[in-house]
Amino acid sequence: MEYIIILIGAVFVNNIVLSQFLGICPFLGVSNKVSTSVGMSGAVLFVMTIATMATYMLHEFILVPAGLEYLRTITFILVIAALVQMVEIILKKVSPPLYQALGVFLPLITTNCAVLGVAILALGMENASLLKAVFFAVANSIGFGLALILFASIREHLELADLPKGMKGVPINLLVAGLLSLAFLGFTGLV
Amino acid sequence: MAEALNQKDNFLKGIIKENPVFVMLLGMCPTLGVTSSAFNGLGMGVATLFVLLMSNIVVSLIKSQVPSKVRIPAFIIIIASFVTIVEMVLEAFIPFLYEQLGIFIPLIVVNCLILGRAEAFASKNNVMSSILDALGMGLGFVIALTALGAAREILGSGSIFDIKFVAENANTFILFILPPGAFIALAYLTVFFNKISTKEAK
Repeated sequence: MEYIIILIGAVFVNNIVLSQFLGICPFLGVSNKVSTSVGMSGAVLFVMTIATMATYMLHEFILVPAGLEYLRTITFILVIAALVQMVEIILKKVSPPLYQALGVFLPLITTNCAVLGVAILALGMENASLLKAVFFAVANSIGFGLALILFASIREHLELADLPKGMKGVPINLLVAGLLSLAFLGFTGLV
Repeated sequence: MAEALNQKDNFLKGIIKENPVFVMLLGMCPTLGVTSSAFNGLGMGVATLFVLLMSNIVVSLIKSQVPSKVRIPAFIIIIASFVTIVEMVLEAFIPFLYEQLGIFIPLIVVNCLILGRAEAFASKNNVMSSILDALGMGLGFVIALTALGAAREILGSGSIFDIKFVAENANTFILFILPPGAFIALAYLTVFFNKISTKEAK
């Protein structure tokens, strides 16, 4: 039951992009086609899950026992950057088709604040455990994927819309994101 | 290229022509996430300005010592160190702001504005121009965040910098302090900013 609440909470109620504003850069940057946004969501799911697992263990087993919690930011970002590199190398070797699909998005993920954000947020959960933290990461990356794919499919239609000159490009995208976020606001109070 | 750049232009470009938020679209997460009031926007802007300034100074000082292959990880460590300093200082001296900004303080590390300036400017220019570049870009960021925060606070809570100017129980556009309001307010501010900057260019 607890896990269902985490899932619904992360995907709908506190959507990571639309209500917590993490990962806005890829949200605005790679959402012009549905196919690329699916690739990006896949890459985020992969990296976010592994990164949260690694940073959670690092925090529980090394930083806390040694009293070094203040090094959280530095160590987490290094672990994430190294992990992204490692995932890239391993994928290239082990699964070329998957690398073909996700490869171009991997370097972008180091600076995706959603990954670091979820890694930090996972530490603050109520009676947290490793399994819960990993599940939290999976749920959040599903939320990220949902928002990104929805947004990309709206943007594909916008290409054909006749817009005032000043609204073209960034402003209309932000406005659409605002309306999408308004729709997600309707889920408030669900959990 | 940079030597030819007039130092004044170097400073001013960050404020209007290459404004990090309205023109370059860098650092959007904190821009949208913490600007529910003018004070929070200003606090976040100043924290980012400090990290940007310090990291630009250090990066431009050590640029010739760092092998180009490991420069990005090196820059990230420098930035993360200053972010940790900001985090500790805020927690100790301005706990109220620390609570308000929350998760977005450690996330200054992944603000693409800072790594972007380190890579694109400070790693190629001397200390003096890097300082001016950081001050200009940082001020552009502060102005953008404060403007967005002020716009949302005026519409959403009927106050500015916590000074209320409407009656206590008056109806305000609560939407603007909620998440959708961030996107909508930024959309219109961008239109407005583009209008001003194209006029100035003419």
